[in-house]
Amino acid sequence: MTITDTRTPALEAQPLYDEDEARHARSQRIESVARWLLPIIVVTLSIWGWSYLVRVNEIPHYILPGPGLVLQTLIEDWSILAGSALVTLQITLMALAVAIIGGVGLAILFNQSRFAEMCFFPYAVILQVTPIVSVAPLIFIYVESKFVALLLCAWIVAFFPILANTTLGLKSADHNLRDLMTIYRATRWQRLIHLQLPSALPYFLGGLRIAGGLALIGAIVAEYVAGTGGVGSGLAFRILEAGYRLNIPRMFAALLLIAVMGVIIFMSTTLISHFLLRKWHESAVKRET
Amino acid sequence: MSTTTRPIKPLGQRPRILQMQDVDKTFNGSVVALRRMALSVNEGDFISLLGPSGCGKSTALRLIAGLMRPTAGRILWEGGQGADDLGVVFQEPTLMPWATVAHNVYLPFRLRGDRFAKVSDRIHEVLSLVGLEKFADSYPRELSGGMKMRVSIARALVTNPRLILMDEPFAALDEITRQKLNNDLLSLKAATGCTVIFVTHSVFESVFLSDRILVMAPRPGRVVKEITIDEPYPRDLAFRTSPEYAAHARATSDALMSAMGGTLMEVESHA
Ligand SMILES: Nc1ncnc2c1ncn2[C@@H]1O[C@H](COP(=O)(O)OP(=O)(O)O)[C@@H](O)[C@H]1O
Ligand SMILES: [Mg+2]
Repeated sequence: MTITDTRTPALEAQPLYDEDEARHARSQRIESVARWLLPIIVVTLSIWGWSYLVRVNEIPHYILPGPGLVLQTLIEDWSILAGSALVTLQITLMALAVAIIGGVGLAILFNQSRFAEMCFFPYAVILQVTPIVSVAPLIFIYVESKFVALLLCAWIVAFFPILANTTLGLKSADHNLRDLMTIYRATRWQRLIHLQLPSALPYFLGGLRIAGGLALIGAIVAEYVAGTGGVGSGLAFRILEAGYRLNIPRMFAALLLIAVMGVIIFMSTTLISHFLLRKWHESAVKRET
Repeated sequence: MSTTTRPIKPLGQRPRILQMQDVDKTFNGSVVALRRMALSVNEGDFISLLGPSGCGKSTALRLIAGLMRPTAGRILWEGGQGADDLGVVFQEPTLMPWATVAHNVYLPFRLRGDRFAKVSDRIHEVLSLVGLEKFADSYPRELSGGMKMRVSIARALVTNPRLILMDEPFAALDEITRQKLNNDLLSLKAATGCTVIFVTHSVFESVFLSDRILVMAPRPGRVVKEITIDEPYPRDLAFRTSPEYAAHARATSDALMSAMGGTLMEVESHA
């Protein structure tokens, strides 16, 4: 015997049927264009305004360079700056990767063993609440390799949001689903794989988006603390160096690169999050409004 | 794997599956949820636990499901309890939002280590039984409330369990969807011969679905009356409007009221 459901899912696009619908569709089209166009217009206008102010007031370039000069410096110094950007990016991404492994690993450990949580959670909090600028000098004293020291600083800043969010996510599985796992006699491992980890995914991704930005901040701050004494070569080092030489255009160019990197990291994590959740999670589901 | 349709024997000739003997359940040492609760389940039974909110219906189901232990008394399975003996449907559909319909139904198999390919025929068979074969690859959020509930029922049925527990499964649905699902549930029962304990606080639902109604009273929760609805299945709209149905509903309603030891007002204020 078969039971049929005569309903069709509301998935297919409905044909437009009246004025209201048409108006609604039009306003949506406009909005989708405006979402890209407006920021571009605003950025173009402010760059033009910046350039105009510098030109009209004849501000010298060692106080405020115009956007044209910054761009020119960026191109002329590209070989130096790109190398430095790569170093900073490398530290940021490695710190983020270790933060993911460490954060998720610790979250699973805490989830599986309450004693482990009691033992180590306080340290995670202490690491988080102590400002990195005050810890970094010590790290540079005790850790021989400068690269490792930088990595450590960036990691300390980045791992906590991943740990905290994933810990919360592992605990937030639906209680009826948990009961179902018990009824079907799932092992601890099966429960983790089939229920807790998928439940934690949206929380983890939220943490990842925060951690991506923090890893960059951690890397930059650590470079500042390390100063120009050693064999530094990251973007923050370039900014410090250019500052000593009053090479303001290069400071701006390096700053621009840092900002662009931050945006790229944010967009990547957002994109990853979208693709992992788009099929099922409320946060990624598009709705007609 | 194919559907094992268990022929349903007449009441009185069915082999016993499970027995609850004088079960007590006390929470936190003081809240007496169940006192001397007894029931026995026979193969092919459709039993309703009927009673006002807070009379311990869910507690009884959770005890049978092994999610809690009784404070006193015993729950005995004939021939012992295996991992595949139970299917459960909760008040919410309780689906994994990250998994497709087919993979949600696959869950009980997956947990016992079967590969999807091995059981996919069975999964599709059960999905077509609940009318959702076209939605095997949909995600739960694309389905209506009633369709999600069907997936939940399919998941409970898929392993062909000896006993299916349903805790007010349709209470959150609208009246029309609920009636349809009630009809479909009876068709499923006829098709599979499954045994069901169904928790409800609706007199009409219990009379329409069950062959036995256990009326429960609160404080402490216990079974105060057993009503047999010895009407043939399949039951349909004709049964819903028959004088027999009305008489059963009347009797059940009276039993519920005297179980409450009070008036209709009190029944409603607890329902
Ligand atoms: N986990 C629990 N802890 C404490 N009290 C509980 C718990 N579960 C149920 N109860 C109490 O037991 C009684 C019966 O609850 P329940 O079985 O959920 O009733 P029903 O399903 O019939 O509405 C209620 O008084 C409820 O407050
Ligand atoms: Mg209940």
